[in-house]
Amino acid sequence: MDFRMGEKSDEFAKEVADFLDEHLTEEVVMEAHETGTVHNWGFYKAMADAGYTRAAWPKEFGGQERDPFEMAALSDQLNLRHAPTDGSSVTLMICSTLRHVGTPEQQADIIPRGLNGEILICLGYSEPDSGSDAAAAATRADRDGDEWVINGQKMFTTLAHEADYVFMLTRTNHDVPKHKGLTMFLVPMDAEGIEIQPVHTMGGERTNITFYNDVKVPDALRVGDVDAGWGVMRVALTFERGGSMMGQSVRLVRLVEEWAKENLAPNGRPWIEDPLVRERLARANMLNNAGALLGLRSADLFNRGELPGVEGSMSKLFSSEKFLAICEDLVDMLGPEGVLQHGEDDAPSAGWVEHAMRHAVVTTIYGGTSEIQRGIIAEHGLGLPRTRKSDRARNS
Amino acid sequence: MDLSLTEDQQTITELFASFFAKECDGEFVREAEPLGHHDELWAKLIEMGMVSMGVPADAGGGGLGLLDLALVAEVYGSSIAPVPFVEAVVAARLLAAVGSSGSELLASVVDGSTATIALRPAVDRSARLVPAAAVADIVIALDGDELVAVSQGASNRPTAVKNLGSGPVANVDLTLSARQVLAVGNEAQQLYATALLEWKALTASALVGLGREALRIGLQYVMERHQFGVPIGSFQSVQHRFADDATALDAAGLLARKAAWSVDEGEPDAVALVSQGFIFASEGAQRTAGDSLHFHGGYGFMLEYDIQLYYRRAKAWSIIWDDPRRELARVADALYGPVGAA
Ligand SMILES: Cc1cc2nc3c(=O)[nH]c(=O)nc-3n(C[C@H](O)[C@H](O)[C@H](O)COP(=O)(O)OP(=O)(O)OC[C@H]3O[C@@H](n4cnc5c(N)ncnc54)[C@H](O)[C@@H]3O)c2cc1C
Repeated sequence: MDFRMGEKSDEFAKEVADFLDEHLTEEVVMEAHETGTVHNWGFYKAMADAGYTRAAWPKEFGGQERDPFEMAALSDQLNLRHAPTDGSSVTLMICSTLRHVGTPEQQADIIPRGLNGEILICLGYSEPDSGSDAAAAATRADRDGDEWVINGQKMFTTLAHEADYVFMLTRTNHDVPKHKGLTMFLVPMDAEGIEIQPVHTMGGERTNITFYNDVKVPDALRVGDVDAGWGVMRVALTFERGGSMMGQSVRLVRLVEEWAKENLAPNGRPWIEDPLVRERLARANMLNNAGALLGLRSADLFNRGELPGVEGSMSKLFSSEKFLAICEDLVDMLGPEGVLQHGEDDAPSAGWVEHAMRHAVVTTIYGGTSEIQRGIIAEHGLGLPRTRKSDRARNS
Repeated sequence: MDLSLTEDQQTITELFASFFAKECDGEFVREAEPLGHHDELWAKLIEMGMVSMGVPADAGGGGLGLLDLALVAEVYGSSIAPVPFVEAVVAARLLAAVGSSGSELLASVVDGSTATIALRPAVDRSARLVPAAAVADIVIALDGDELVAVSQGASNRPTAVKNLGSGPVANVDLTLSARQVLAVGNEAQQLYATALLEWKALTASALVGLGREALRIGLQYVMERHQFGVPIGSFQSVQHRFADDATALDAAGLLARKAAWSVDEGEPDAVALVSQGFIFASEGAQRTAGDSLHFHGGYGFMLEYDIQLYYRRAKAWSIIWDDPRRELARVADALYGPVGAA
C-alpha cells in the first residue's frame, strides 16, 4: 500500500495551481456566485487550451492520458479554488459517454467541440413526475421519417440557458416495461419549440424548467438504439457516479481554520484556542480525510482497470452527507455570526460557510439522492433484497 | 498511490483469518468470559509468531511494519478472540525500541512470555485499568520520570476487574513485583508515546474488523428472520442503516490503514491520522454493532446471541483508551498546536 498521491500527481497539482492563479480570477468566481450560473465560457476555453478538458483522454483526441490520481489532483485543485465547472464537467461526461456509445459522426462532430471548450451540453433526465425514478420519463419522442418530434417537459435542466445541446431521456415506446421504452437524444437547444424558464434555488444556483413543443430532431442525433436509452443512461451514470464532494468540504474547513487563527474570541484569544472550535474542526478534518479516501479508492480501482460501482455510491453518499453535516456544524460554531452572508464586511470566512451550508443540501439530492445511493449499496454491495416493486409498463 | 495488499500481506492475513475461523467462534469467545482470555489459543498464536512477527528483525523478530500488523489486527478484531494480541505486540515492539535495558525481557517475550502496556501514566505507583494485565507476565508503565517494566509471576498477577468488554483488564500495583527501569526522562516519554500511538493504530484496525463482523452477523440475521411474510432485510429502514454502516466502516478501514502506514513512513501528520482513525473506527464499530443488535430485535439482547459480544467490545475497546471527545482534542493539538503554545 502507498497512500501518497505520487510525484506525477503532485507535479500536476502544482501546474494546475499555477494555471488557476492566472485564469481563475476573483471576477470569474464572483460571477458564478452572483448569477448562479456555475459556468464561465472564458475559463472553460482556458481549461481547454491548457489541455485540462482532455486531461484523461487518449492521445488520439489530443489528450494528456493522465492517470486517475492526476485527475483526482485536478479536481482537488478546482474544488479548493471554487472553480465554476458545473457546465464543463457535465459536457465532458457526455463526451465520454459518446465515445462509448455515440455514432462515428456524433463522435467526430461533438467530442472535439466539447474538448475544445466550444459547446456546452446539459442533462435532461428529470421531469416533474420523475426524478429518482428517472426511467419513468414521460417526455415523448415520436418518429416522423428521418426526424423525431419531441414533446414534454424537463425539470432542473441546469445550464440549459447556456447550453448547445440537452442530453435527453425520452419515451419512445409506451407498451413495454418502463426501462425498455426509452431513447436518448442530443437535442440542439436552438431548435424551434424549446422554452426555458429559470428556476432559482436556495443554494444560489440557477437551474431551469424546459418545455419542448413539437421539437424536431434529426435521427442522426439519436444516441444509441431506439428503446435502448436506459443502457445509454447507465453508461452516462458510471461517469457521473462517484463524484466526491469532499474537495468542497476541504476548501471550507481551510477557510474556517484561517478565520479561527486570525480572529479573536471575546476573551481576547484567537478562536482556534476555543475548545469547541477545536473539537469541531478536528472532527471536520477527520471526516474529510475519511471521505477523501473513499474517493481515492475509486481512483485506485480505475487505475487497475476496474469500474467502481458500489464504491462510487459510497463515496457520493458519504461525501455529500458529511459535507452537509460539516457545514451545519460550522454554522452552529459561528453562532449568530453564522447567519452573515458573503458581502457583509464582518462575515466570518467571508460568509462562505453560510453559503456552503445552503449549497451542500443539494449535493445529497442531485446525482442520485442519498436514499438512492443507500439502496444501491444495500442491494449490490450487501446483497439485500430489492425493495422497489418490479417494473411495469406505464402510460399504456 | 496503491491501495492493494502485497502478496505477503495477503498470505499473512489469510493465515490468521483461517486460523480464527477454525479455532474461535462465538461459543468459544463466550466460554472464555468473563476473564476474556484463553491460554491455549494464545499459546498457539504465540507459536505461530503472532507476537514475534511484529518485533524488528535485528531484535530477533519477523520485522513486520505497523501497517502489516494493522491488517492482522483487522482479522483479529473480526474474531474477537480472547487473546491480548494488540497489547502484546505493542509491548514487544516497545521492549525492542528500548534497546539493551529491555533485551532480556524482549528475549523472554520472543520465547513466549506476554507483555502488556498501561495506557495511562501511573499515579502513586499504581497503573489503573491496564488491558491484559490480569494475564500478562510483564507490565510496562510510565511511572513518573521512568518507563518501567514489572515482571509478575502467575502468583502475583492482579485479578481482573469486572468490565464491559469482558477483557483481562486489571489495576497494577507497581510496587508488588520486580521492577525494572527501561528508560528515563525525555527518552522514556518518547518511547511511551510511540507505543501508545501504535496501540491506538492497531486497536483502530481491530475495531474495523469487529465492526465488519458485526455487520456480517446482522446481514445474515436480517435475511433469515421473516416478519410480515418477508425477510426483515427487505425493509428499507434496515437496509439504509446497514448501507450507512458499511460505508462508514469502509472509510474507517481506509483511514486506519493510512494511519498505520503513515507511522511506518514517518509522515508528519501521523499523530493526527492515528487519532482520527481511532475515533472514526470506534464510532463505526459502535454504530454498526448497535444497529446489528437492534435489528436482532429482542434476540439481540439475549446473552445467547453473539451480537452482544460485539456490541460490548465495540464500546469497551474504544473507551479503555479515553472519551473520544478528548481524543478529538488531541487531534486538534496535533493539527493546530496545543493551546497556549507560542
Ligand atoms: C440544483 C439542482 C440541479 C439539478 N440539475 C439537474 C440537471 O441538470 N439535469 C437533471 O436531469 N436533473 C437535475 N436535477 C434533478 C435531480 O437529479 C433530482 O432532483 C433528483 O434526482 C431527485 O429527484 P426529485 O427531485 O424528483 O425527487 P424525488 O425522486 O421525488 O425524491 C423525493 C424524496 O424521496 C426519496 N426517494 C425517492 N425514491 C426513493 C426510494 N426508492 N427509496 C427511498 N427514498 C426515495 C428521495 O431520496 C427524496 O428524498 C437537479 C436538481 C437540483 C435541485
